[in-house]
Amino acid sequence: MNQSIDPRAFVLGCSAIGAGLAMIAGIGPGIGQGFAAGKGAEAVGRQPEARGTITSTMLLGCAVAESTGIYGLVIALILLFANPLVDKI
Amino acid sequence: MALELLAQKPLFGPFVLDDTPSSGLDVESKIFGSFHIGPYEVWITQTVVTTWVIMAALILLALIFRLKLKNYKEKPSGSQNVIELIVEFMDNFARSTMTDEYAYFGNWFFGVFCFVLVSNLSGLLGFRPPTADLCTTLGVTLTTFFLIHFMGIKKGKGGYFKGYLEPLPLLLPINIISELATPISLSFRLFGNILGGMIIMAMVYQLPRFLNFGIPAVLHIYFDVFAGCIQTVIFVMLSMTFIKDKIPD
Repeated sequence: MNQSIDPRAFVLGCSAIGAGLAMIAGIGPGIGQGFAAGKGAEAVGRQPEARGTITSTMLLGCAVAESTGIYGLVIALILLFANPLVDKI
Repeated sequence: MALELLAQKPLFGPFVLDDTPSSGLDVESKIFGSFHIGPYEVWITQTVVTTWVIMAALILLALIFRLKLKNYKEKPSGSQNVIELIVEFMDNFARSTMTDEYAYFGNWFFGVFCFVLVSNLSGLLGFRPPTADLCTTLGVTLTTFFLIHFMGIKKGKGGYFKGYLEPLPLLLPINIISELATPISLSFRLFGNILGGMIIMAMVYQLPRFLNFGIPAVLHIYFDVFAGCIQTVIFVMLSMTFIKDKIPD
């Protein structure tokens, strides 16, 4: 029995799995942003008059924490839409 | 090999897929035409055309407000209120992020702010946002990269180069890598956010009509208006912070 697999199909399938695995990176920013939001809520509870400053600082921190997740997303998008590996076969 | 690949096929810009099975999503930056400069082929993509439209709109607005400037009075009214609000916001933003001494960076970053904000919001008008293309974000970020090191050398003199050898001379390669990582992280953050939102929008638009009734409007508010505005502020604020970090006190 000598079934041959189309190499392109194999690479594309593996790339799809890789794209899914890359999105595991989303766990980190999820935890980080949740932590930032929790601390922000705590700070507003302690100092309700500083609400504006706290919210803007929290949003900035959230956006920075998000960047690692965005890197994972970019890797996943490259694998799905601009796969460099298929060209190597 | 990698450089050759980049020269023939932009990895991020227009997602050119010759024979790779398409996902059926309309997220690629279409190529309208091309011309040659020496050995290089230059594409006129959707991103370039949208950027021209945005540039034309911004320049036109700027000229109109410049002409109106003569009629402005001590007591603001009408469009003067809006202009003063925006300019004061940006001025305070620059003063609080950098110090009063370097508040003149607010002038440059006001331009960047307007361009990136209008680019992010252009998705609302049915354009493909230019910031959903790594070429645009990397281009804007490279100016920041230049400013970081220009101001570092201008203000820090020898201390700038000495900074690369701290805390240990052994860490020189790591310091250089961390300097190169700055424009990459800055450009990828904006690019990934806008492109990610755009792809999710494209997926939702592919749902059957009765399922996505009203949903795209809510998603547009989140991905285009909220994420677009936040990412613009973040982009400008981080650029300013990076430049300020290199200037010694």
